[in-house]
Order: sequence, then structure tokens, then C-alpha cells
Amino acid sequence: MKLPEEIFNYLRENNEEAGLEYQTGDIGEPWILVEASSLKPVMKTLRDDPQLLFDVLMCLSGVHYQKEEELGVTYHINSTSLGHKLAIKVRVPIDNPHVPSVESIWKTANWHEREAWDMVGVIFDEHPNHKRILCPEDWEGHPLRKDYVQQEFYQGMPTGE
Amino acid sequence: MEVMMNKTTDSNSERREMVINMGPQHPSTHGVLRLELVLDGEVVKEVRPNIGYLHRCFEKYAEELGDYASVTPYTDRMDYVSAMNQELGYVIAIERLLELEIPERVEYIRVIISELQRIASHLLGIGAFGLDLGAFTPFLYLFTEREKILDIFEKTSGARLLYNYMTVGGLMKDVPKDFKKDTAEFVKTFRPKIKELNDLLSYNKIFINRTADIGVLPEKVALNYAASGPVLRGSGMKWDLRKDDPYSIYDRFDFDIPVGSGEVGTLGDCWDRYMVRVREMEQSLRIIEQALDGMPDEGDVTEAVPKRIRLKEGEIYCRTETPRGELGYYIISDKKGGPFRVKARAPSFVHLSMLPAISKGSLIADMVAIVGSIDIVLGEVDR
Repeated sequence: MKLPEEIFNYLRENNEEAGLEYQTGDIGEPWILVEASSLKPVMKTLRDDPQLLFDVLMCLSGVHYQKEEELGVTYHINSTSLGHKLAIKVRVPIDNPHVPSVESIWKTANWHEREAWDMVGVIFDEHPNHKRILCPEDWEGHPLRKDYVQQEFYQGMPTGE
Repeated sequence: MEVMMNKTTDSNSERREMVINMGPQHPSTHGVLRLELVLDGEVVKEVRPNIGYLHRCFEKYAEELGDYASVTPYTDRMDYVSAMNQELGYVIAIERLLELEIPERVEYIRVIISELQRIASHLLGIGAFGLDLGAFTPFLYLFTEREKILDIFEKTSGARLLYNYMTVGGLMKDVPKDFKKDTAEFVKTFRPKIKELNDLLSYNKIFINRTADIGVLPEKVALNYAASGPVLRGSGMKWDLRKDDPYSIYDRFDFDIPVGSGEVGTLGDCWDRYMVRVREMEQSLRIIEQALDGMPDEGDVTEAVPKRIRLKEGEIYCRTETPRGELGYYIISDKKGGPFRVKARAPSFVHLSMLPAISKGSLIADMVAIVGSIDIVLGEVDR
């Protein structure tokens, strides 16, 4: 079992160009910030390296950082054999929100990524079925954006009270 | 089921594929779920689940409320069959961010209540599963038992389904005077009923024929899809957050983790998933008994409840074991009065996403068994 900080140091030694950053809040759990371009190789290392073996992607969440005009994706991963947990973050500008899909690494990402697209508007490159999941396909906007305004009518039906 | 369209896939080929909609209104989809089944005769070639019919955007509510404590009643409405467990996950997440010390008595009551809720939820899941496969009687027997738990909850919280009972730092109010007596009485009367259930349903020949070797989920696939709870354990993996990532006071109790063994068919089939739930109820009874013994009689359950919750900047991913699996709350705080982001990772959502992988090649009648065996609650899938 490794602590997030140890995992970060281990990762940095092996992926020097990945642009990794170790960050913490005032409270709660730390996370590792990864550049979107190196997300996939880093995630592959995390899953396959015998020291890490993160076999489960527990959660994938899209976040809208309105002040910074950025969208983010947080990945919470877990190793069932070694017992450690880790949070990985990616942040991309809101006008070009492309993040590589990790569906080929963990199948469970398929629906989580569709949800993050639907709710926040992150575009996942190379996703096999990049469609909305909770809202109808012709819905307008992404509800979990902080500046979201609900459309007044959906197919002629009023959406308000 | 309604036939959507009938088309020939290839004019030269004699094989005809048909797309049929199972749901959104269908008795065995356990809510409003639509499955598009691509069929070749009776054989299911492909399944495309369509969800979102119950979507209310719980996460948006949570972020707009501007208050941490008022989110709790909304969590009830995700998995409305095990509302207490949903509340517990959320309040633990906030308590961890606050680094709050919880009184002993509260911890014990929480454990007893969540294990009772686990039994109630499994009773509904198992009963409805049997019902889907044509076994009507066990459903009624199990509902009688579930009713007893709901009576205890009603005396305790005032509500039968959506309780709003757990709160950050404690409980809404103390348990009634005869809570211990009622619960002990239930444990005593319920234990023989599990044997009755096994005679009536679990080892029933027809039931085994309908569930053994159906919808087999290998452990590797289960982990790749991040399955958890009884679905993962049904595939033979010993993984329970109450032991593997302990929260509350679960590390104090002695209980086993039942796993599937392929007893009547293949490891990871519908029967294994079903049986894990039955055996889990016995373990929950063991936990309740120990917790009843250890529960202090005196103590104020509201003494640690903060008047106002103010959090510094930071975030947490907190997971707990609900009857359906790993329920995770990802909460980001940005120093304001309410959460900046709340994401609920619902086990049913994750389990439903692997339905296409486990039902390919099965017969159309077995779809009902497969959907029933992963025990989804659509309120939690759609949130």
C-alpha cells in the first residue's frame, strides 16, 4: 500500500515529461494533476505497473470551474490487490474541452464519460459512443455548468413549472 | 414488449434481426428503464440500455442549495429502497471533511439502522427477483418481513421510505424507548425465515433452472467494469468496503463476507449473485446482534451536530457499502456555505453499464433474470 505522495514520486521518476503536479486542498484528500496530452500513458502505467496495479476506476466526475473558465475531470482509482487509492485530475480550457477517453483502459469509463459530456460538456476523444446519457440527445446545454440556463421549451413542451 | 421495427439486415442473407423495446413500462425492469434488444429469433445479439427517464439532476440541487446539511433528504431519493444507507454515505463524507468526532451511541445506532436497511433492501431485491421469474409466494412472505423493519423505522424516524434521519454529526432524534427490544425481537423471528426462504426459493428446482449458468460475469470483467457489492462478490471476489475500507465502526464487528462459488452452476451466474444477498442477510443479523450488545444506553444523539457547517477549501471521495455496492460521494468545497460540486457514484448506474457485456447471446426470457439479478434501482441510476 502506497500513499498518494509516494505514488506521485514514483510516477514522476518514470514519466518525466508528463507534467505531473501534486496538489492538496486545506482539508480532505490530495490529488495529482496531469496534462490532458499525457493522461492516457499515465493511466496505463497506473493500471499495469506491478507497483501500482490500479485495477478499478471507481468514479469519474466532470467539473466546471467557472472562475478559471476551465472544465475538469477527476478520476478516482483504486487497487483491490494493493489496497491504495488515488485521485487524478485533468483540466482543460472551456473553449477546447478535449480529454482523451480512458474507456480502453477501464470499460466502466464508458458511461461515466458519457455522463460527464452530458452534464458538464467535456469532449472525450476516441470514445466509442459519444452520446448524451441522462438527458435526451436533442437537449440544449449542459446542466451542471455553473452558468446553465434551462431551455424554456423541449419539443414544444414547457420545461418549467 | 413492443416491436419497434422489423428489418432484414442483409438482403442476401436469410438471417433476420429484430429490434424490440423492453420497457420503459415493463414489470421486470424495476422502474422506468428501456432496453433495446437486438434479436435473432429468441437469441439476444445486443442490448442497448436507455436511461434517464427518472433524471432530476440531484447534483444540481445539491450544488444550488447553498447548505451542506439540506442535501441529506435529497440523497434519500436516489436509491429509495435503501434510503438510510444513502444518507449515511453523505453524512460520513461531510464529517470526514469536518474531522468531526461522532458520539458512540450515534455510531451504534447508525450501524444497526443501516444493517436493518440492508436486510429490507435485499428482501425487496430477492422478492422481486423471484417474482420476475414467476415465484409469487416468496415475494409476499418477504414483504411481510420487510414490513416489520419499516415499522421499526417508522417508530424511529416517522417515515416509512424516505427518512431524513441521519444528519451531519448525529441523528435527527433519538431512537424510541423500545427500539432495542423491537430490533432484538425482529432478529429472533427473522433468522428462521431465511431457512424458509432457502427451502421455498433458493433451492427450488425451477428457480435454479432459471438462474444457474445465466448471465455469467467473470471476476476480471467485473473489476474492469468497477462492479461492487453483491454483483462483484457473486463473481467470487471477496471485497466488501465494510472490511476493506472500513468506515463508521464496522471494524469492531465480527462477520463474514459471503461470495459466490458456482454451487449450482457457473461461478458468477445469476444464482450466485442472488445467493450472496441471502447469505448477507444472515451476516447483517450477526452485526445487529453485536451492535445491540455494544450500544450505550445513554447519550445525546444531537450533541455533535454542528449549528452551521463551514468548510475550508478541499475535496473528498468517500465510499460506503450500500446494499447495491459502492456508493461514492465526490464532494468539493470552495469555502462557501454549500458544496461546489457533489457527484454521486451510484452502484446501480455502474452495474447497468455492464448489462450489454453479460447478456450477449442469452435468450430473451433470460434477460428478465439478468436484469433482476443485478438488482438495480432506477432512482439511483438516473439520479
